[in-house]
Amino acid sequence: MIYRECGVFKATYQEDMAIFPIPLDRWGVMVISTIAIGGVPFLANDYWLGSILIPFLVFSLAALGLNFLTGYAGQLSLGHAAFMAVGAYASLILYGRYGVPLILSLLGGGLVAAGAGGIFGIPSLRIKGFYLAVSTLAAQFVIEWILTHWKWVSGGVFGTVDAPPMKIWGWVIDTPLKKYYLVLSIVIPLTIFGKNLVRGPLGRAWMAIRDMDIAAEIIGISLFRNKLMAFLISAFYTGVAGGLITFAYYGAANIEAFNIMVSFHLLGMVIIGGMGSVLGSFLGAGFITLLPIFINQFARGLGMPLKTDLLACLDLIIFGGLIIIFLIIEPFGLARLWQTLKEKLRLWPFPY
Amino acid sequence: MLFLGEVFIGGLLVGVMYSLIALGFVLIYKASGVFNFAQGDMTLLAALALVGFLNIFPLWLAILATLLMMIGLALVVEAIILRPLVARPPLVLFMATIGLGFLLQGIGQGIWGTDPKGLQIGLSDIPFEIKGLLISQFDLAGAVLSGSLVLILVWFFQKSKTGRALRAVSDDHEAALSVGIPLRKAWAITWAIAGIVALVAGIMWGSRLGVQFSLSLIALKALPVLILGGVDSIPGAIIAGLIVGAAENLAEVFLGPYVGGGIQTFFPYLLALFVLWFKPYGMYGREIIERV
Repeated sequence: MIYRECGVFKATYQEDMAIFPIPLDRWGVMVISTIAIGGVPFLANDYWLGSILIPFLVFSLAALGLNFLTGYAGQLSLGHAAFMAVGAYASLILYGRYGVPLILSLLGGGLVAAGAGGIFGIPSLRIKGFYLAVSTLAAQFVIEWILTHWKWVSGGVFGTVDAPPMKIWGWVIDTPLKKYYLVLSIVIPLTIFGKNLVRGPLGRAWMAIRDMDIAAEIIGISLFRNKLMAFLISAFYTGVAGGLITFAYYGAANIEAFNIMVSFHLLGMVIIGGMGSVLGSFLGAGFITLLPIFINQFARGLGMPLKTDLLACLDLIIFGGLIIIFLIIEPFGLARLWQTLKEKLRLWPFPY
Repeated sequence: MLFLGEVFIGGLLVGVMYSLIALGFVLIYKASGVFNFAQGDMTLLAALALVGFLNIFPLWLAILATLLMMIGLALVVEAIILRPLVARPPLVLFMATIGLGFLLQGIGQGIWGTDPKGLQIGLSDIPFEIKGLLISQFDLAGAVLSGSLVLILVWFFQKSKTGRALRAVSDDHEAALSVGIPLRKAWAITWAIAGIVALVAGIMWGSRLGVQFSLSLIALKALPVLILGGVDSIPGAIIAGLIVGAAENLAEVFLGPYVGGGIQTFFPYLLALFVLWFKPYGMYGREIIERV
């Protein structure tokens, strides 16, 4: 009753092809976007903006990137944080050394990351399954090594490059609120683009490859082109996220911030949020970002504040446990739970 | 020339220890079709538990207690993770073991602490000399121990009745069930063996590098060995381990200085990728023939 599909008559092709054919969905997305743009500045303080919302949005973008590759195209990647690192360093160098405008250098960082993704995507044409999953680890190690040893990029073995102050046409971005808007102005268009991408021909080709690549090849889907596109676009999104998080959150590019644990966290976000779902990327990223904070608050609420190393362990236990639980109980993640809830709400007061 | 020989032999000895970890992967994969990404974390857990037990027990009792714990773990993993995920795509099981890895890491470090610990099992690290070649005594002992365990396991899988049953399970779960092989027991045995391999690897690598978080990353060094040899080949794991051990040592010593060093971390992966380009299922892995 609450969530209604009845009364939605699709009279034109445009209506039939709409992203959100159901009015309630459309309104929901609009309300959330409006709150994100107009409401958050009044609701959230600097701590919420700077330490929770910005990493949440950026990791959502990165998880969305990985979701294209893993959730839609079915190619597992264990080295995706490396593409974040490439994006981070590339955008810093473009902006800091060559004076490219901020937004363009963020996108440029994404393009460089896409190039790296394309290179490490080439093996996927020959190698499949576990062999491919393991060889994506090569991306992690090779890129880490290159970034720390190539002096021109990182200026030495420590591999840290400070982010210069951000300016767009003289408008200095320094407060958490301004950074939040910067992140939002990148994340929203890219999400809309991504949502459209996966329901277009490319996304459908990816899903066909994920479900059975041989069958996909037989019906005329080029594996070479589509797998490579999956790596390119996935690495592009992840690279932009890497640049964003460096500018808006860390303040300096450091290779340690993009180590293999981050790659696993991204994968965890995709699994818990929902493989093959744009919404799932956001849910998963929100869940993983908020989890440590929540555990900490919960323990403090019980009157026994945890030591940091114990907290880290508890975090690992819950993170690992959740991956297993979701794979067993709900392989499509939080996004499917949301779907189920909508099914329930459709009948809600009269479930017969 | 002598130096080359030293580097080469040192690499081979380390390679045997890589083979040992890679073998843990291969065994589980062959017997249950699961690519167990948690092998490294099992190694860490075993080493942590051993150090913990050593505070209370003498060495032999501590090893026994850890052994029992690893077997118990195998039973729990079988009951809680494998049984509900039966007949799911292999990549789902693979991701579940990534989760298991985090779980074990958290539990191990939560119980025994995150600070690095030393593990002394009475092996000295004084190099000795054969015909002018300096060889690390510790590496040699490790290689001998790993090598003998590898031989025992190969014998067990190829010749013993249980081993044959386990290979039948790996070929076809349903067919194995229909001829009366208990599937759950087979899985529990496999995971228990993987736990034992993890324990031995934990002892060797733990007393070499110290027992701490980074021990779990050892598995990442064994992965290229695994894909180079083929994920379902025991001889492949052994040969690839030797190749990777020797190659990465030689590369580090002779190639490293020109590019800035530290190439050991990724050289095995590049080597594996290069070979996989020509043989997509590794050197000795079984080719998967797909049908629509």
